Amino acid sequence: MAKVKGDIVIDIEKCKGCEVCIAACPQEVIAMAKNVNGKGYHYTETVNEECTGCANCAIVCPDGVITVYRMKN
Amino acid sequence: MSDIVTKEQIRRPENLVYSKTKLLTDKALSYCPGCGHGTAHRILMEVIEELNAQEITIGIAPVGCSVLAYEFMNIDMQQAAHGRAPALATAVKRLMPEKIVFTYQGDGDLAAIGTAETIHACNRGENITIIFINNGIYGMTGGQMAPTTLPNMKASTCPYGRDVTTMGNPLRMTELVAQLPGVHFVTRQAVHTPSAVRKAKKALRKAFDLQKENKGLTFVEIVSNCNSGWKMTPVQSNKWMEENMFPFYPLGDIKVDGQLVK
Ligand SMILES: Cc1ncc(C[n+]2csc(CCOP(=O)(O)OP(=O)(O)O)c2C)c(N)n1
Ligand code: SF4
Ligand code: SF4
Ligand code: SF4
Repeated sequence: MAKVKGDIVIDIEKCKGCEVCIAACPQEVIAMAKNVNGKGYHYTETVNEECTGCANCAIVCPDGVITVYRMKN
Repeated sequence: MSDIVTKEQIRRPENLVYSKTKLLTDKALSYCPGCGHGTAHRILMEVIEELNAQEITIGIAPVGCSVLAYEFMNIDMQQAAHGRAPALATAVKRLMPEKIVFTYQGDGDLAAIGTAETIHACNRGENITIIFINNGIYGMTGGQMAPTTLPNMKASTCPYGRDVTTMGNPLRMTELVAQLPGVHFVTRQAVHTPSAVRKAKKALRKAFDLQKENKGLTFVEIVSNCNSGWKMTPVQSNKWMEENMFPFYPLGDIKVDGQLVK
């Protein structure tokens, strides 16, 4: 069976590093980066290829910085 | 044949499943990291977008952390004096009954200084939607006790916790206004998990649909965190909210079709 393939794009300059998305991801795709953005916040990054494109992270992100893609087949 | 899919193949416009609504401006939100105000703004604007109502909606911003809501919501808005949003919304709706009108208010705004305006707008059955962000505290001014602060909950003006024998009991405004005949739909929601956000969005949609049918006042409370005021991390504050706020402010519908839910 073909695996669902999803991916997210994080607007790192707008991320405030609140970690709410990390708690919401069932696939443990998201983690905090060591670096900080222009505002001094640690931002999030993807750390594996397990994203299903479920959009849970984007739906709970208070700052609306996550865009989600999912392959249709 | 290789079944390896590259990120470039996934990130194509036809595969887009979620992006920030255009009804939020591109300004960075002024809220603390992890604050529920941002999520509440976003689902509110998503609902207005779904209703294709950008041109016919007027929002009233409060005093409180969300005083600048008009900078972020890409619709027509006014900002009211502290607690007076329901009075201003009343005027706007009566002058322009074809518009969709909502207020967006914190608990200090709606349940303390604005108690009279809230109760009378509800009692008159104004055909507006009140969105009530309850974080149990005055966020903007430094975390003072609000009427909604839980028993024994610490705040900057009750550092040893709210002692109800001297400071009074917390006020459940939402249950209170549900008693009034002018109020048609009352619900309490949250925005801290994906499923809660989906439910809250449905509730907002329902409130606006009912306003379009001229059913009377619709009232949506969103129990939210004030992680700065509560002095916790955002993730801790969401857990604390589940364990402490929800037992006192239970989620779910309180009044549907003008009838109290038993
Ligand atoms: C007439 C008046 N009184 C007091 C204030 C000070 N003040 C500003 S915001 C606020 C409380 C806001 O708390 P809340 O409505 O719970 O919103 P939050 O900041 O928590 O979102 C107060 C008392 C004011 N701006 N105007
Ligand atoms: S929820 Fe949004 S702002 Fe918070 S850490 Fe995740 S991407 Fe950044
Ligand atoms: S879309 Fe779903 S699986 Fe992918 S990162 Fe977000 S929460 Fe995790
Ligand atoms: S002070 Fe509280 S309510 Fe205000 S933005 Fe910060 S977390 Fe949100």
